[in-house]
Amino acid sequence: MRAICLQSTAVANPRALHGNPMITVRSIAAICALVVPLLVSAAPARLATPAPAPVAGVNETCLMCHADKDAKSAAGKSIAVDTAKFTASVHGELKLKCTDCHADVSADKLPHPEKLKPVNCATCHDKAVKEYAGTVHAIARKGGNNVAATCIDCHGTHDIKRPKDPTSPTHHLNLVATCTKCHGSEAVMTKGKLPSGNIGSKFDDSIHGKALKSAAAMSAPECTDCHGAHSIHPKSDPQSKVSRARIPETCGSCHKPERDAYMKGMHGKLRQDGVLASPGCTDCHSAHGIQQHETPKFQTEVIKECGNCHTEYISTYRDTFHGQVTALGYARMATCASCHGAHEVLPASNPASKVSKQNRLATCQKCHAGASANFASFDPHANKHDKARDPIYYYAAKFMEFLLFGVFAFFGIHTVFWLYREVREKLAGRNGKGGH
Amino acid sequence: MAIATGNPAGTPAGGQTGSASVMQRYYRRFTALERVMHAALMLTFVGCALSGLPLLYADKPWATTLARILGGFEGAGLIHRICAFVMIVVFTTHVATVFYKAIAGGRLMKILWGPDSMVPQLQDGIDIWRNFMWFIGRGPQPQFDRWTYWEKFDYWAVFWGMFIIGGSGLLLWFPVFFSKLLPGWMFNIAALVHGEEALLAVGFIFTFHFFNGHVRPAKFPMDTVIFTGRISEHEMKGERAVQFERFAREGRLAVDEAPPPTAESRWFGWVVGGTALALGILAIVLIVYSIFS
Repeated sequence: MRAICLQSTAVANPRALHGNPMITVRSIAAICALVVPLLVSAAPARLATPAPAPVAGVNETCLMCHADKDAKSAAGKSIAVDTAKFTASVHGELKLKCTDCHADVSADKLPHPEKLKPVNCATCHDKAVKEYAGTVHAIARKGGNNVAATCIDCHGTHDIKRPKDPTSPTHHLNLVATCTKCHGSEAVMTKGKLPSGNIGSKFDDSIHGKALKSAAAMSAPECTDCHGAHSIHPKSDPQSKVSRARIPETCGSCHKPERDAYMKGMHGKLRQDGVLASPGCTDCHSAHGIQQHETPKFQTEVIKECGNCHTEYISTYRDTFHGQVTALGYARMATCASCHGAHEVLPASNPASKVSKQNRLATCQKCHAGASANFASFDPHANKHDKARDPIYYYAAKFMEFLLFGVFAFFGIHTVFWLYREVREKLAGRNGKGGH
Repeated sequence: MAIATGNPAGTPAGGQTGSASVMQRYYRRFTALERVMHAALMLTFVGCALSGLPLLYADKPWATTLARILGGFEGAGLIHRICAFVMIVVFTTHVATVFYKAIAGGRLMKILWGPDSMVPQLQDGIDIWRNFMWFIGRGPQPQFDRWTYWEKFDYWAVFWGMFIIGGSGLLLWFPVFFSKLLPGWMFNIAALVHGEEALLAVGFIFTFHFFNGHVRPAKFPMDTVIFTGRISEHEMKGERAVQFERFAREGRLAVDEAPPPTAESRWFGWVVGGTALALGILAIVLIVYSIFS
């Protein structure tokens, strides 16, 4: 008893096709047994030739069995094909026959073998499939990861639509949902040995995720805009659109002024010199959880990113009122970027830098209206441990240390002795108030 | 914040001469103005401490919580400035009072020297030595005159603190104005000493001052004299016998004798002082926790 493998449930359960490709239909078993008992033995697979001349009635023949929406395989899985959905699909529109994809089935040799080959999309879509072959999903699948996505996981099966169609899972507005079917599922991510399944919720909360739900949705990025569609590579692969090397270019494809400023800044210059450790867009902005840069949370959190490399400067910054207030989560005080700039950050030695001798006062005056040259000679990164850099500050700190130590030491000893004496007096029945 | 007051104008000795042995005589130790100033100083000090501490420990979770309770960075900043302003007013009032007494009252010499003066003297050195001897069991409990050395320390610590913390605080409050007069590095120093000196003040007041004045066994849990203004004869003789004898000699006992503290003033002392005590101990717990975490 054999039946054609047709999977109308592919969208809901994309892996079913590969997990149980060959199914027997109980409901039509009797018919098949009567009509073609001997044709079953060996049905050699026939390679389909693209766009064959329409043969009237092939689909109708298949649908004799598969149109029954209760059609089930021996394993109990539905093998029904939703005729309406197929007709509405791009392949239905092109009047493709079932056998164009299920090429190892012949309408005149039924019932067809139980074990059918997986559909080969490359028959028509060879370019896309070739692209896919070298990518993270295909490599994972070759490595035995049977949850990695193939064509149908994103595009569907019998219901495939053009990406421009708003009902297509690959439509701009639906892609996040399509990708997060797997990448938002902790179970699939665990199977695929990927770190986390919360990328979807992170992205939804991000500025891109929110933009994708706004009136400007069509110009907001979804997953493939950064990662590519058929050409998704792991970020450790230099050719990946999201590799360290290529991130500025990828983000810059939309954020051009920021990219240009970055390239002129110290971090971008280092990148151009081949220093990949120099921070790129995602080091400060994160990847999926990108927040609007005006939010206090982003403003105060990003300081820590600067501090990852500029350790001395973050520690001296935290000694100042600016750094203390921002550490409490309030962004009204100067953060690193307030003085140094964000994308265009340059060393103080560069006259174009916001903190160069020439520009420093103007930078202070952005917040401190009316600030004088004296004001700008305040050192926002004075280091109390560095005698050579800030001798007065160093000795002032030492004096304060000495003062605190002295007072606490004297009164500490004084108090301990006094307590000891009064407790003894109390125990002895003299309460210390009792005179000589 | 008490200065030598000589004979404060007050009511003559009340009728509390003590017919029964349980009846206590009381003497006026602090004037109403001094008590009000102490209360104001205390409340503004606690206010400045709690609104300033989150900055010093800004990386600790409790600091964020405390700052939020106080109305965020803006709210805490406002509380800090209001308290600082009131504190400066209290301090200025006190200094003005002292000058008034010195010049108009003609008591300059008594303010600058002698047993009624707050100025540290040789006797204080001797008292420290004797007190330590008593602590280690090598001598009798020393008796003090009107102001003990630890009270003088507290008093001058406020002066020192007002100039250091108050001065640096004003610099930080109005940086644009003061930078017209001062170089930029002064603001680095101001920020440093403001925080460190504040830590010293908070650490000192909420531990040693509390211990000396309140929670040590002889006073436990609290000495309300700064709130009621009155000290009992028993307590005076127990710790300030020198003052008692001197006042008796100088005939000031009768002038300073006062009715016992009213229930209201004691109650006020317990509630207000107790609250300050609790908040101060909380601050110490937070500081100690932060140092060791």
